[in-house]
Amino acid sequence: MIEVKDLTKRFGATTAVKDLTFTVRPGHVTGFLGPNGAGKSTTLRTILGLSAPSGGSVTVAGRAFGDRRRGLRHVGALLDAGDVHGGRSAAAHLAVLARGNRIPRGRVDEVLAEVGLAGAAGRRRVAGFSLGMRQRLGIATALLGDPPVLLFDEPLNGLDPEGVLWVRGLFRRLAAEGRTVLVSSHLMSEMEHTADELVVIGRGELVAAESLARFAARGTGAGVTVRTPRPADLTDVLTAAGATVSGHGPLLDVTGLDAPRIGDLACRHALPLHELAPRTASLEEAFMELTADSVEYAAGESR
Amino acid sequence: MTGVRTSLRTVPPPEPAARFRDLLAAEWLKLWSLRSTPWAYLIAALAVVGLNVGQAYDTYRYWTTRNTADKARFVHDGIPLAEAFTADAASILMLAAGAVGAVTVVGEYATGLIRTTFAAVPDRRAVLAAKAAVLAGATTVLGALIAGVSFFATQAILSGRDIGVSVGHPGALRVMVASALLMPVSALVGMAVGALLRQPGATMVATFATLLVPPLVVSQYRYWSALLAHALPYAAWQRLTGAGSQTVAYPWTQGGAWTVYAAWALGAVAVTVFTVGRRDQ
Repeated sequence: MIEVKDLTKRFGATTAVKDLTFTVRPGHVTGFLGPNGAGKSTTLRTILGLSAPSGGSVTVAGRAFGDRRRGLRHVGALLDAGDVHGGRSAAAHLAVLARGNRIPRGRVDEVLAEVGLAGAAGRRRVAGFSLGMRQRLGIATALLGDPPVLLFDEPLNGLDPEGVLWVRGLFRRLAAEGRTVLVSSHLMSEMEHTADELVVIGRGELVAAESLARFAARGTGAGVTVRTPRPADLTDVLTAAGATVSGHGPLLDVTGLDAPRIGDLACRHALPLHELAPRTASLEEAFMELTADSVEYAAGESR
Repeated sequence: MTGVRTSLRTVPPPEPAARFRDLLAAEWLKLWSLRSTPWAYLIAALAVVGLNVGQAYDTYRYWTTRNTADKARFVHDGIPLAEAFTADAASILMLAAGAVGAVTVVGEYATGLIRTTFAAVPDRRAVLAAKAAVLAGATTVLGALIAGVSFFATQAILSGRDIGVSVGHPGALRVMVASALLMPVSALVGMAVGALLRQPGATMVATFATLLVPPLVVSQYRYWSALLAHALPYAAWQRLTGAGSQTVAYPWTQGGAWTVYAAWALGAVAVTVFTVGRRDQ
């Protein structure tokens, strides 16, 4: 469990994060979303105690992470795949971290195998790694201490489609094991198939903290498409029930009522339905709409 | 691919107690898992020993061109022992050690590894203390090796002219220990500058400036300047290795010189450990 409370972080005159409050619960993959410069990485760094908050507090399992003497058994993190020394091999990099945390050396080979860097790859110097391989090494680092809380900052960057699929499966499994998994991204589409819960921020402030489904419903595109030979009658029935109906001919666009309710109403009034299709708004649309006011670096805009 | 452990859990299993020696072992691994470490150490050792041996060979080669009075003065002034570790070699040793010390910290900042390190061990001061201890240990051993090899090689060469001295010679051991310890002192200074500045270029310039420029600027012949000089590691090394017959305007004790070594080493460790505490990484 990660609890961020009234978190504010200022760098000189710039406020990177402002009065941010949210909770990340175990057992779910929580997507941490925001446009570039929204303050995601800053927030993750304060969770890890790498940056001190200017105001508010951040706790992991009820304690400030920075107050712990050793970290890997409590929180596993991939902040930036580049946070390694290129002169070391992947195995040596992990062995150093394991040694400082009293984690048995055998665990290094376990996590290397887990992320697909077993054998020769693990013994190669990191300087020769592709971004995808570095991401895998970063994920191995996070898994090293078998921690209950895991943080991943943009973990999908540089991964091939097979890698993306594997990472999604891994995150789901980690969450299913009862762990707290927080994954940041600036692309909604990446989260669509990964996260159950979402924390969305823009310009350092909270935009939304809710389930993926609820977030999707915020988008104006959500609704139900209905095809009926008696559109006028159905429109009257649905409008009376509180829906907004638009459309031409047999095809109606209904918002404000969900598909089962529409079906039930049609049945009760003996109106035939030829098609009843719930249409979720694209998450990307919902995301763009909600963060439109808070994009830090908009293209073609003078600031 | 094998699966991760699939135990359902929200509470971590009991954690083994945090021990400082695990951090020492980790820093030791960190140091030697870089291919550049043995090379840097080897090159520093060869350069310093080479300078000392070269000077001794020069003396050996041109000994016969000196007249009797010159030879007698040479021995009387204790120059054979002084050639066990020359001033040039000491300067190069300080440069190399300062760079080696700076790299241990700056290398982590420059690559971003420091964030991974501190996320794994949030007790930052303990990490830096372990780093300082490992650096001090490694450079002390290497410094002793360099000073020892320099002493025996140069004196063996000078023995070819019957002017070499043995380990039992008065001051011989002090020359070796003072030269050996110049390496960890300089390395720790480099490390402290690295911890303060974090930037590779700035750190190197500042380290060299701290170690080598003040000795060039100060003078032994004006009171305040001499007082400043007596606070410098290089001057302390000169005081500890210099032959006893030299007279200076403002003399100081060997104990004072050893104290300067200790103060710089401890001060450097304190700066390294305490600057890292609350700064954002």
